[in-house]
Amino acid sequence: MSDIVVEEMPEHRSLWGDVWSQFRTHKGALVGTLVFLFIVLVVVFGPYFHTIDPQFLDIRNKNLSPSWEHPMGTDNLGRDTLAQVMAGGRVSLLVGVVAMLLSLVVGAAIGVLAGYFKKLDGPLMRLTDLFLALPLLPLLLVIIMLFRDTLRSAFGPETGIFILIVFVIGITSWMQTARIVRGDVLTIKEQEFVVAAHSIGTPSRRIISRHILPNVLSPIMVSATLGIANAIITESALSFLGLGFPSDFPTWGRLLYDGANFMQLTPARVIWPGLAISLTVLSVNYMGDGLRDALDPRIRGR
Amino acid sequence: MGAEAILRVDGLSMYFPVYRGVLRKKVGEIKAVDEVSFDIAKGETLGLVGESGCGKSTTGRAILKLYDPTAGRIELQGKDITDLEGDALREIRTDMQMIFQDPQACLNPRMTVGSIIAEPLDEHTRLKKRQKRERVRELLNAVGMNPDFENRYPHEFSGGQRQRIGIARALALEPKFIVCDEPIAALDVSIQAQVVNLLEDLQKEHDLTYLFISHDLSMVRHIADRIAVMYLGRLVELAPRQQLYTMPRHPYTKALLSAVPEPDPAREAVRERIILKGDVPSPANPPSGCNFSTRCPIAEEKCRRETPAWREMDGGRFVACHMVQ
Repeated sequence: MSDIVVEEMPEHRSLWGDVWSQFRTHKGALVGTLVFLFIVLVVVFGPYFHTIDPQFLDIRNKNLSPSWEHPMGTDNLGRDTLAQVMAGGRVSLLVGVVAMLLSLVVGAAIGVLAGYFKKLDGPLMRLTDLFLALPLLPLLLVIIMLFRDTLRSAFGPETGIFILIVFVIGITSWMQTARIVRGDVLTIKEQEFVVAAHSIGTPSRRIISRHILPNVLSPIMVSATLGIANAIITESALSFLGLGFPSDFPTWGRLLYDGANFMQLTPARVIWPGLAISLTVLSVNYMGDGLRDALDPRIRGR
Repeated sequence: MGAEAILRVDGLSMYFPVYRGVLRKKVGEIKAVDEVSFDIAKGETLGLVGESGCGKSTTGRAILKLYDPTAGRIELQGKDITDLEGDALREIRTDMQMIFQDPQACLNPRMTVGSIIAEPLDEHTRLKKRQKRERVRELLNAVGMNPDFENRYPHEFSGGQRQRIGIARALALEPKFIVCDEPIAALDVSIQAQVVNLLEDLQKEHDLTYLFISHDLSMVRHIADRIAVMYLGRLVELAPRQQLYTMPRHPYTKALLSAVPEPDPAREAVRERIILKGDVPSPANPPSGCNFSTRCPIAEEKCRRETPAWREMDGGRFVACHMVQ
């Protein structure tokens, strides 16, 4: 039911205005965005209000239950859990987002190139198969062994390991995106509007950016939102194996694994980081869902 | 063909290789278009008819260089464009455009109508934003649509309207020659007439030349000046409209025309149908000699051995048949 109202002003409708107005109608996406923003704000600005150093050991106040002084209690070494969750969140969110972006760019680029250029299809897809077939954990071990010390000395211990982890996660998680994108590109490039663009004389690079990419946005969007979750969880696993950030450097995954041994004594130590991971993943998924709908003009305005 | 030819196609062939097996060995080729030759005069409409899969669309697309033809020569306005590539080809594309069959698929669903029509302008002109918008609105107006629709998306329109948008896009660069690839096949009958009339009006206004591909014989009769009939990748007959419809020479043309129903019931009752036996052979393995010899009611021994030449007859008619004198 579209009401036919002739616009009084023939002003150009802005794409992002349309996207935003559709996005607002998606309740899940709106709630997701608010939750995600809330998490980001707490993680970024929280430490200015809750000023306990996450590394500060207060052995006499170990294993406390939540109190006004320590809203999430303390761990077995007397460190404040809230401070650690906030400090860990900064790292986890950053790793999640950057690793996702990296894997997305690599995956989408390889998928589009393989789908669009017939000559590249074989080599690029075999490369993807190769990466899919690699045993992930030994590969990670080797990469980290080889490059950890070089990167640490080049960029400092924290930045060095951050670059390494983001790179490792990104480089081992782009394959699904690439495959899905390639499949979609293969169907879209046979559509008549792409032939029409050829007949107009649009060069390949602009056919890709103008016609192909916007039409494969949905699968890219989906793998992006799943990618953040995946990256946060992979980082946790790496930290657990002792391959990630140093053990005194809190991340959500690290806190979770450290807290797992004390679950019966101080359940708050697993509940809060776990909740933070779940909420982030969930809210990002809803955001991605809403954004995907909002970017599709066929759904928009319905 | 007194007038100068805007397009000259000479021996155009388009073969698609067939690969098979683990090693992707080339085992044969599909002769989608086989040695097709014709001219189109300036301002003329040439209808190209034939049944599904006979290579009509491939011919149209090969002429526009959307495929690389296997053999032959394409001349547009006296200039050989067969081997053009890159920027030189892009430049020549402003003179030739295409209108597509499926109005659903030929418009990018994620672009507004305005940006779809502006795409050729973006690629080939350096207009300012404002001039571009004015041109888009002018074009929408020219195809009979409200210029305020420029902000809408293709899915908000009906098939006929979408086809008009496709036509506006084809007109944006003021081409001289347009390939209409079954532009009315996907529309319902009442809209077909509107679109065909629009095409005719535009032709008069902008002095356009059309290659009108269709399988709708009555519509082609309405719009085309001359008509070419295609069978299994080859042209079998080409003649001015009146001559072709009143006195077809090639047995395939006769059979094809006999399938057109008559609106007058009295004449319909006595209409004699020529019913062809068998199926169209595969273009990957066409019969020897004349392509039509397997189904031709008057075929003789010679037809199965020799491929008939494309001969010019009296009155600007071309036929490829041994039996036509």
